[in-house]
Amino acid sequence: MITRNTSARTAVALLLTTAVVGALAACSSTPAAGSDTYTLWDPYPDRDATSTWAVAIDACATDLGITIERNSGNTGDTVKDLTTAASNLPDIAMVDNPKVSTLADAGLLTTAEENGLDTSSISENILSAGEIDGEIYGVPVGANTLGLYYNPEVLDAAGVDIATVTDYASLTAALEQVVAAGSKGITFSAVGTEEGSFQFLPWFWGAGADLTELDSPEAVAALELWTGWVTDGLAPNSVISNTQGTSWDEFLTGEYGFAENGSWFKGAADEAGYLSIQVPGIDGGSAPAPTGGEFIAIPVQKDTSRYATSAKIVECLSAGSAGATALGYIAPTEAGVEAQLAADPTLEFWASAVADAKPRTADNLGIKYPVISEQLYTAVQNALSGSASPADALAAAQAAAVEKLK
Amino acid sequence: MTTTHESPRSELRRRPKGAASPAAPFPPARVRTRRRERVRSGLIAWGFIAPIAIYLVVFYAYPLYRNLDLSLRDYTLRSFIDGTAEFVGLDNYVAVIQSSTFAPAFANTAIFTLVSIAFQFAIGLALAVFFYRRFPLAATLRALFLVPWLLPLLVSASIWAWMLNSESGIVNAALAVVGIPQVNWLTSPQWAMVSVLIANIWIGIPFNLVILYSGLQNIPEEIYEAAALDGASGWQRFWRITFPLLRPVSAITLLLGLVYTLKVFDIIWIMTRGGPGDASATFAIWSYRLGFGSGSPDLSPAAAVANLLILVAFVFGFAYIRTQRKAVAR
Repeated sequence: MITRNTSARTAVALLLTTAVVGALAACSSTPAAGSDTYTLWDPYPDRDATSTWAVAIDACATDLGITIERNSGNTGDTVKDLTTAASNLPDIAMVDNPKVSTLADAGLLTTAEENGLDTSSISENILSAGEIDGEIYGVPVGANTLGLYYNPEVLDAAGVDIATVTDYASLTAALEQVVAAGSKGITFSAVGTEEGSFQFLPWFWGAGADLTELDSPEAVAALELWTGWVTDGLAPNSVISNTQGTSWDEFLTGEYGFAENGSWFKGAADEAGYLSIQVPGIDGGSAPAPTGGEFIAIPVQKDTSRYATSAKIVECLSAGSAGATALGYIAPTEAGVEAQLAADPTLEFWASAVADAKPRTADNLGIKYPVISEQLYTAVQNALSGSASPADALAAAQAAAVEKLK
Repeated sequence: MTTTHESPRSELRRRPKGAASPAAPFPPARVRTRRRERVRSGLIAWGFIAPIAIYLVVFYAYPLYRNLDLSLRDYTLRSFIDGTAEFVGLDNYVAVIQSSTFAPAFANTAIFTLVSIAFQFAIGLALAVFFYRRFPLAATLRALFLVPWLLPLLVSASIWAWMLNSESGIVNAALAVVGIPQVNWLTSPQWAMVSVLIANIWIGIPFNLVILYSGLQNIPEEIYEAAALDGASGWQRFWRITFPLLRPVSAITLLLGLVYTLKVFDIIWIMTRGGPGDASATFAIWSYRLGFGSGSPDLSPAAAVANLLILVAFVFGFAYIRTQRKAVAR
């Protein structure tokens, strides 16, 4: 009896061990090579299988006679997800445009030359975010950008004529007038993340500053503009922690005269009766706003024969306007924009704003951009919260950026 | 596997146990059987330990080793692809310690941890003693105090962030009623740390309350009765009986609280993102910012910061074990 018992126990113990080992081994599975199923990663978990975006993907799959398996994750995690999946990359990955250069530099993405992607019809200014040293690492599915929304009711009540808002000084004067009339001035997002840099860039570029020189007098002028608004009560203190979403919520209260926010809120703005202008330059004209939106890239595969079909999927999603319209973006091609304008003429403003916009990684900054941006939003935070003067904050940011890029 | 060959081993195995009686005819074989039995029972023991041992190695030892390895190399995104990362020794640690963020992050971590624990423990203990005196509705009230524990941290932290919002928060609205001007709770360098501390203390009180309350129940009633007969006041009873007898429970509560608070990330990240600037950035926040916060992941320095945190927790854990040993020896 004893013998039987112990051997039974041995068997159970061994069984448990093999089960654990087996379960661990099962974690690493690889997709079948040469299958007709293509995987696509996008950062839109809020768009389910019935969304127009999913329908646009399915339409491409049907056209090409393949199956596209869609996998949605959080935007912020794309770089992390892709790098940790390095040995098992999806056929197609959609990444936020300033991250394309980082991923390309890591060797995760194929160039248009390798995968045979035709990029000739894509608008040059949007495409350049995916261009590093002459190689193109993907195409935009569409683009969005920032503009200056205003609430006509608040402006009318304060007696502000929007036509007079043409540069930084006249905008500040308009804000003072709005606040004097008992409303609130302007809301934006200066949060300590990439969003904060994104929102600051139109003012930064509009003042003539350059990302390679964060402590230039032009840069200081731009940051002094923002800091002045906060200290003079023309902008709420909460901008320091506002994301673009919470900033928009503030604007929707109807108490604010102006809000800097993205083209993706156009629908909500139309509904509320809000209008928009481009962010003005420091001495007039319009400031270049940064482009937002994802790139569709083709990560490196062991089976290089898959690139041909992957490239067709990418072309299908970026050509025309179906993909961009589904995501609320302006199409990346001229033909696509025309189709969008034909369907909805009110997009005119945003179409021209995107045409004037500039990618954050432009000026051949590439992988340097994230490092500079981190210092830039930190400087904005320090200046707006009063822990440093704009000039000191930017000087420290420039020193830190130079140190890190050494 | 079927063989006709009979090995001496299998012959031995099939020998019935009863045959190996005191009068067994083969003493040397018996000794060998004993040894074999011992080896086998050893194997069985290992078989039972194996699942937990594998679990510990795979989920604890290996990640720790990887984190250490990561912090001693220069790991970039490219390293994920080609698998190579230059060994740089302690360079990452040196860079981290020389960084301009180190001093504020160190101070913030120390303040955040010590102030959190001090208040959580003091308030938790006060409440535990309060609820120990049974009175109507005590159980209901005690249950209500546990609510912060039941809420997901994301929910608690978001609600605190809303309440402390400069313009539209209820806290500033309430202060305005009594004539106090707007306090920029989350967005001024002076108040950001205070705000996350308030939220963290609120979240930590139930944990202290529960453990200390159960500790109180282990103090024999007779001691209090005897003290009451001797004419000890309530205050004396607390300092001379409750507090000393709670020492072992207090020690473990404080240690757990310490390890818990050192690594707090979610509350701070949701409320202030460590800002404005570095005003509320602790080591945990700093490590996350380095690794995943910006578009350029500095994984190796992030691992170095995380290891410093682990080291601090380890030192305190060790100190706890030593004091426990001393207490036992006494």
